[in-house]
Amino acid sequence: MDTLLLYLVTAICLLWSYLKNREKTRTAMKKAFKAFENILPQFLVVFLLVAMGMAVLDTETISLVLGKNSGVFGVLAASLIGSITLIPGFVAFPAAAALLQGGAGATQIAAFISSLMMVGVVTLPLEIQFFGKRAAFLRNLLAYVFSLIAAVFVGWAVSL
Amino acid sequence: MKPVLRRYAAVMATAAVFIVFLLLLPLYRVKAVEIIGFQAETMLLVIPPIFVLLGLLDVWVPREQIMRFMGPGSGARGGLLAFLLGSFAAGPLYGAFPVAAVLMKKGASFNNILIFIGAWSTTKIPMLLFESSALGARFALARLAIDIIGIIVIAAAIEALVPAEEVRRLYAQAEKMA
Repeated sequence: MDTLLLYLVTAICLLWSYLKNREKTRTAMKKAFKAFENILPQFLVVFLLVAMGMAVLDTETISLVLGKNSGVFGVLAASLIGSITLIPGFVAFPAAAALLQGGAGATQIAAFISSLMMVGVVTLPLEIQFFGKRAAFLRNLLAYVFSLIAAVFVGWAVSL
Repeated sequence: MKPVLRRYAAVMATAAVFIVFLLLLPLYRVKAVEIIGFQAETMLLVIPPIFVLLGLLDVWVPREQIMRFMGPGSGARGGLLAFLLGSFAAGPLYGAFPVAAVLMKKGASFNNILIFIGAWSTTKIPMLLFESSALGARFALARLAIDIIGIIVIAAAIEALVPAEEVRRLYAQAEKMA
Protein backbone atom coordinates (compact mmCIF):
# COMPACT_ATOMS: atom_id res chain seq x y z
CA MET A 1 0.00 0.00 0.00
CA ASP A 2 2.74 2.40 1.07
CA THR A 3 4.88 1.13 -1.76
CA LEU A 4 2.15 1.61 -4.34
CA LEU A 5 1.71 5.22 -3.26
CA LEU A 6 5.46 5.76 -3.41
CA TYR A 7 5.54 4.49 -6.99
CA LEU A 8 2.56 6.61 -7.99
CA VAL A 9 4.17 9.76 -6.59
CA THR A 10 7.50 8.93 -8.20
CA ALA A 11 5.89 8.24 -11.57
CA ILE A 12 3.96 11.53 -11.51
CA CYS A 13 7.06 13.52 -10.53
CA LEU A 14 9.14 11.80 -13.18
CA LEU A 15 6.56 12.44 -15.91
CA TRP A 16 6.19 16.07 -14.87
CA SER A 17 9.96 16.50 -14.91
CA TYR A 18 10.31 14.80 -18.29
CA LEU A 19 7.65 16.98 -19.88
CA LYS A 20 9.20 20.11 -18.44
CA ASN A 21 12.83 19.46 -19.17
CA ARG A 22 14.27 16.30 -20.68
CA GLU A 23 17.88 17.25 -20.07
CA LYS A 24 17.34 17.96 -16.38
CA THR A 25 15.46 14.69 -16.01
CA ARG A 26 18.36 12.82 -17.54
CA THR A 27 20.74 14.50 -15.06
CA ALA A 28 18.41 13.58 -12.19
CA MET A 29 18.38 9.93 -13.22
CA LYS A 30 22.15 9.90 -13.50
CA LYS A 31 22.44 11.40 -10.02
CA ALA A 32 19.95 8.88 -8.65
CA PHE A 33 21.94 6.00 -10.04
CA LYS A 34 25.25 7.37 -8.83
CA ALA A 35 23.94 7.92 -5.30
CA PHE A 36 22.42 4.43 -5.27
CA GLU A 37 25.59 2.73 -6.48
CA ASN A 38 27.59 4.73 -3.98
CA ILE A 39 25.74 3.20 -1.06
CA LEU A 40 25.09 -0.26 -2.51
CA PRO A 41 28.09 -2.00 -0.84
CA GLN A 42 26.94 -0.88 2.62
CA PHE A 43 23.39 -1.98 1.87
CA LEU A 44 24.54 -5.43 0.87
CA VAL A 45 26.62 -5.89 4.03
CA VAL A 46 23.64 -4.87 6.16
CA PHE A 47 21.32 -7.30 4.40
CA LEU A 48 23.65 -10.22 4.95
CA LEU A 49 24.07 -9.36 8.64
CA VAL A 50 20.32 -9.00 9.07
CA ALA A 51 19.63 -12.36 7.46
CA MET A 52 22.00 -14.12 9.86
CA GLY A 53 20.79 -12.26 12.93
CA MET A 54 17.10 -12.69 12.20
CA ALA A 55 17.48 -16.38 11.40
CA VAL A 56 18.81 -16.98 14.91
CA LEU A 57 16.44 -14.59 16.70
CA ASP A 58 12.98 -15.77 15.69
CA THR A 59 9.63 -14.75 17.14
CA GLU A 60 9.56 -17.71 19.52
CA THR A 61 12.84 -16.69 21.10
CA ILE A 62 11.58 -13.15 21.40
CA SER A 63 8.29 -14.11 23.03
CA LEU A 64 10.13 -16.38 25.46
CA VAL A 65 12.11 -13.43 26.79
CA LEU A 66 9.26 -10.93 26.89
CA GLY A 67 6.85 -13.23 28.67
CA LYS A 68 4.71 -12.48 31.69
CA ASN A 69 6.43 -11.09 34.79
CA SER A 70 9.75 -10.63 33.02
CA GLY A 71 10.07 -7.28 34.82
CA VAL A 72 13.12 -5.06 34.42
CA PHE A 73 15.06 -7.90 32.86
CA GLY A 74 12.32 -8.30 30.27
CA VAL A 75 12.34 -4.59 29.45
CA LEU A 76 16.12 -4.59 29.02
CA ALA A 77 16.03 -7.74 26.95
CA ALA A 78 13.20 -6.33 24.83
CA SER A 79 15.14 -3.16 24.13
CA LEU A 80 18.30 -5.11 23.26
CA ILE A 81 16.40 -7.36 20.86
CA GLY A 82 14.73 -4.32 19.34
CA SER A 83 18.10 -2.63 18.89
CA ILE A 84 19.72 -5.42 16.94
CA THR A 85 16.78 -6.52 14.81
CA LEU A 86 15.46 -4.87 11.68
CA ILE A 87 11.80 -5.65 11.13
CA PRO A 88 9.44 -3.42 9.14
CA GLY A 89 6.59 -1.91 11.18
CA PHE A 90 3.86 -3.75 9.33
CA VAL A 91 5.46 -7.02 10.49
CA ALA A 92 6.42 -5.81 13.96
CA PHE A 93 3.04 -4.42 15.03
CA PRO A 94 1.00 -7.58 14.48
CA ALA A 95 3.77 -9.63 16.09
CA ALA A 96 3.81 -7.27 19.06
CA ALA A 97 0.01 -7.48 19.29
CA ALA A 98 0.24 -11.27 19.39
CA LEU A 99 2.85 -11.08 22.14
CA LEU A 100 0.69 -8.65 24.10
CA GLN A 101 -2.26 -11.03 23.86
CA GLY A 102 0.08 -13.86 24.82
CA GLY A 103 0.79 -12.17 28.13
CA ALA A 104 3.76 -9.90 27.50
CA GLY A 105 3.71 -6.58 29.34
CA ALA A 106 2.94 -3.27 27.59
CA THR A 107 6.20 -1.82 28.93
CA GLN A 108 8.24 -4.66 27.44
CA ILE A 109 6.44 -4.36 24.11
CA ALA A 110 6.90 -0.58 24.06
CA ALA A 111 10.62 -1.06 24.77
CA PHE A 112 10.82 -3.49 21.88
CA ILE A 113 8.89 -1.29 19.42
CA SER A 114 10.72 1.91 20.36
CA SER A 115 14.21 0.46 20.17
CA LEU A 116 13.32 -1.43 17.01
CA MET A 117 12.39 1.80 15.28
CA MET A 118 14.99 4.18 16.68
CA VAL A 119 18.10 2.11 17.33
CA GLY A 120 19.84 0.36 14.45
CA VAL A 121 22.92 -1.60 15.43
CA VAL A 122 23.15 -3.51 12.15
CA THR A 123 22.60 -0.39 10.07
CA LEU A 124 25.31 1.46 12.03
CA PRO A 125 27.97 1.05 9.29
CA LEU A 126 25.54 2.69 6.88
CA GLU A 127 24.75 5.50 9.30
CA ILE A 128 28.45 6.16 9.97
CA GLN A 129 28.98 6.51 6.23
CA PHE A 130 26.60 9.49 6.24
CA PHE A 131 26.89 10.93 9.74
CA GLY A 132 30.36 10.00 10.93
CA LYS A 133 31.22 7.83 13.95
CA ARG A 134 30.57 10.41 16.60
CA ALA A 135 27.06 11.50 15.59
CA ALA A 136 25.99 7.96 14.65
CA PHE A 137 27.11 6.39 17.95
CA LEU A 138 25.63 9.26 19.92
CA ARG A 139 22.29 9.04 18.13
CA ASN A 140 22.00 5.32 18.73
CA LEU A 141 23.09 5.56 22.36
CA LEU A 142 20.66 8.39 23.12
CA ALA A 143 17.88 6.64 21.22
CA TYR A 144 18.50 3.49 23.27
CA VAL A 145 18.26 5.33 26.57
CA PHE A 146 15.20 7.16 25.29
CA SER A 147 13.49 3.93 24.23
CA LEU A 148 13.65 2.79 27.88
CA ILE A 149 12.12 6.07 29.06
CA ALA A 150 9.44 5.84 26.36
CA ALA A 151 8.69 2.26 27.40
CA VAL A 152 8.13 3.22 31.03
CA PHE A 153 5.93 6.13 29.94
CA VAL A 154 3.85 4.06 27.51
CA GLY A 155 3.53 1.25 30.07
CA TRP A 156 2.29 3.77 32.61
CA ALA A 157 -0.12 5.44 30.15
CA VAL A 158 -1.63 2.10 29.14
CA SER A 159 -2.13 1.09 32.79
CA LEU A 160 -4.07 4.28 33.63
CA MET B 1 35.94 6.80 -6.67
CA LYS B 2 37.78 3.82 -5.23
CA PRO B 3 38.34 0.78 -7.44
CA VAL B 4 35.30 -1.51 -7.53
CA LEU B 5 37.08 -4.41 -5.86
CA ARG B 6 38.11 -2.38 -2.85
CA ARG B 7 34.65 -0.85 -2.44
CA TYR B 8 33.05 -4.27 -2.41
CA ALA B 9 35.70 -5.94 -0.19
CA ALA B 10 33.44 -5.78 2.89
CA VAL B 11 30.54 -7.23 0.89
CA MET B 12 32.64 -10.18 -0.23
CA ALA B 13 33.94 -10.77 3.31
CA THR B 14 30.40 -10.72 4.73
CA ALA B 15 29.15 -12.95 1.94
CA ALA B 16 31.90 -15.43 2.82
CA VAL B 17 30.82 -15.40 6.48
CA PHE B 18 27.23 -15.89 5.32
CA ILE B 19 28.17 -18.95 3.26
CA VAL B 20 30.07 -20.43 6.22
CA PHE B 21 27.01 -19.68 8.40
CA LEU B 22 24.76 -21.56 5.97
CA LEU B 23 27.14 -24.53 5.82
CA LEU B 24 27.77 -24.83 9.54
CA LEU B 25 24.26 -24.14 10.85
CA PRO B 26 21.80 -26.06 8.68
CA LEU B 27 19.12 -25.35 11.30
CA TYR B 28 18.99 -21.69 10.28
CA ARG B 29 19.62 -22.25 6.59
CA VAL B 30 16.08 -21.98 5.23
CA LYS B 31 15.21 -19.07 7.49
CA ALA B 32 18.31 -17.06 6.55
CA VAL B 33 17.74 -17.54 2.83
CA GLU B 34 14.07 -16.59 3.24
CA ILE B 35 15.02 -13.39 5.04
CA ILE B 36 17.59 -12.49 2.38
CA GLY B 37 14.82 -12.89 -0.20
CA PHE B 38 12.44 -10.75 1.80
CA GLN B 39 15.05 -8.03 2.34
CA ALA B 40 16.06 -8.06 -1.31
CA GLU B 41 12.42 -7.62 -2.28
CA THR B 42 12.06 -4.63 0.04
CA MET B 43 15.27 -3.15 -1.28
CA LEU B 44 14.39 -3.61 -4.94
CA LEU B 45 10.88 -2.25 -4.41
CA VAL B 46 11.34 0.63 -2.00
CA ILE B 47 14.83 1.94 -2.58
CA PRO B 48 14.80 2.76 -6.33
CA PRO B 49 11.85 5.20 -6.24
CA ILE B 50 13.38 6.97 -3.23
CA PHE B 51 16.59 7.55 -5.16
CA VAL B 52 14.70 8.69 -8.27
CA LEU B 53 12.78 11.22 -6.14
CA LEU B 54 16.08 12.34 -4.61
CA GLY B 55 17.60 12.86 -8.04
CA LEU B 56 14.59 14.96 -9.07
CA LEU B 57 14.69 16.91 -5.81
CA ASP B 58 18.38 17.61 -6.36
CA VAL B 59 17.84 18.88 -9.88
CA TRP B 60 14.61 20.86 -9.43
CA VAL B 61 14.62 22.33 -5.93
CA PRO B 62 17.06 25.22 -5.70
CA ARG B 63 19.42 25.41 -2.76
CA GLU B 64 18.04 28.79 -1.71
CA GLN B 65 14.60 27.30 -1.16
CA ILE B 66 15.73 24.55 1.22
CA MET B 67 18.08 27.06 2.87
CA ARG B 68 15.16 29.39 3.50
CA PHE B 69 12.72 26.78 4.78
CA MET B 70 15.05 24.44 6.65
CA GLY B 71 18.30 26.38 6.99
CA PRO B 72 19.99 27.65 10.15
CA GLY B 73 17.63 30.65 10.42
CA SER B 74 14.40 28.75 9.81
CA GLY B 75 13.48 28.44 13.49
CA ALA B 76 10.55 26.39 14.76
CA ARG B 77 8.90 26.38 11.32
CA GLY B 78 11.96 24.67 9.85
CA GLY B 79 11.88 22.10 12.63
CA LEU B 80 8.20 21.44 12.05
CA LEU B 81 8.78 20.99 8.32
CA ALA B 82 11.65 18.58 9.03
CA PHE B 83 9.42 16.67 11.43
CA LEU B 84 6.53 16.39 8.94
CA LEU B 85 8.87 15.43 6.10
CA GLY B 86 10.28 12.58 8.19
CA SER B 87 6.93 11.47 9.58
CA PHE B 88 5.23 11.09 6.23
CA ALA B 89 8.09 9.31 4.55
CA ALA B 90 7.75 5.61 3.83
CA GLY B 91 10.45 3.02 4.17
CA PRO B 92 13.03 1.83 6.67
CA LEU B 93 15.44 4.13 8.51
CA TYR B 94 18.34 3.43 6.19
CA GLY B 95 16.28 5.07 3.43
CA ALA B 96 16.46 8.32 5.39
CA PHE B 97 20.24 8.68 5.27
CA PRO B 98 20.57 9.46 1.54
CA VAL B 99 17.63 11.88 1.81
CA ALA B 100 19.39 13.59 4.71
CA ALA B 101 22.55 13.86 2.60
CA VAL B 102 20.67 15.70 -0.17
CA LEU B 103 19.01 18.03 2.35
CA MET B 104 22.42 18.76 3.90
CA LYS B 105 23.83 19.50 0.49
CA LYS B 106 20.95 21.90 -0.09
CA GLY B 107 21.67 23.76 3.12
CA ALA B 108 19.27 22.39 5.74
CA SER B 109 20.56 23.01 9.27
CA PHE B 110 22.10 20.15 11.28
CA ASN B 111 19.40 20.37 13.94
CA ASN B 112 16.67 20.05 11.31
CA ILE B 113 18.48 17.09 9.76
CA LEU B 114 18.53 15.39 13.17
CA ILE B 115 14.83 16.08 13.69
CA PHE B 116 14.13 14.68 10.24
CA ILE B 117 16.08 11.47 11.03
CA GLY B 118 14.33 11.14 14.40
CA ALA B 119 10.88 11.58 12.86
CA TRP B 120 11.63 9.17 10.02
CA SER B 121 12.78 6.55 12.50
CA THR B 122 9.83 6.57 14.84
CA THR B 123 6.80 8.79 14.23
CA LYS B 124 5.35 7.20 11.14
CA ILE B 125 2.04 8.93 10.53
CA PRO B 126 0.94 6.38 7.88
CA MET B 127 1.65 3.63 10.42
CA LEU B 128 -0.19 5.27 13.31
CA LEU B 129 -3.59 3.84 12.44
CA PHE B 130 -2.03 0.45 11.98
CA GLU B 131 -0.28 0.68 15.33
CA SER B 132 -3.53 1.80 17.03
CA SER B 133 -5.48 -1.12 15.67
CA ALA B 134 -2.76 -3.63 16.59
CA LEU B 135 -1.70 -2.33 19.99
CA GLY B 136 -4.49 0.03 21.02
CA ALA B 137 -4.99 3.79 20.59
CA ARG B 138 -3.70 4.50 24.10
CA PHE B 139 -0.43 2.71 23.35
CA ALA B 140 0.05 4.42 19.97
CA LEU B 141 -0.81 7.93 21.14
CA ALA B 142 1.29 7.71 24.31
CA ARG B 143 4.21 6.58 22.19
CA LEU B 144 3.66 9.39 19.67
CA ALA B 145 3.56 12.01 22.45
CA ILE B 146 6.76 10.87 24.16
CA ASP B 147 8.48 10.37 20.80
CA ILE B 148 7.95 13.98 19.78
CA ILE B 149 9.67 15.12 22.97
CA GLY B 150 12.42 12.52 22.52
CA ILE B 151 13.15 13.56 18.94
CA ILE B 152 13.62 17.20 19.92
CA VAL B 153 15.75 16.38 22.99
CA ILE B 154 17.95 13.89 21.11
CA ALA B 155 18.47 16.33 18.22
CA ALA B 156 19.50 19.09 20.63
CA ALA B 157 21.82 16.75 22.55
CA ILE B 158 23.58 15.48 19.42
CA GLU B 159 23.98 19.00 18.10
CA ALA B 160 25.51 20.10 21.39
CA LEU B 161 27.86 17.12 21.60
CA VAL B 162 29.16 16.95 18.04
CA PRO B 163 31.88 19.58 17.42
CA ALA B 164 31.28 22.19 14.71
CA GLU B 165 34.40 20.92 12.95
CA GLU B 166 32.86 17.45 12.55
CA VAL B 167 29.55 18.93 11.34
CA ARG B 168 31.44 20.90 8.67
CA ARG B 169 33.18 17.70 7.59
CA LEU B 170 29.83 15.89 7.31
CA TYR B 171 28.40 18.68 5.15
CA ALA B 172 31.45 18.62 2.89
CA GLN B 173 31.08 14.85 2.62
CA ALA B 174 27.36 15.09 1.79
CA GLU B 175 28.30 17.42 -1.06
CA LYS B 176 30.35 14.61 -2.58
CA MET B 177 27.96 11.74 -1.88
CA ALA B 178 24.62 12.86 -3.18
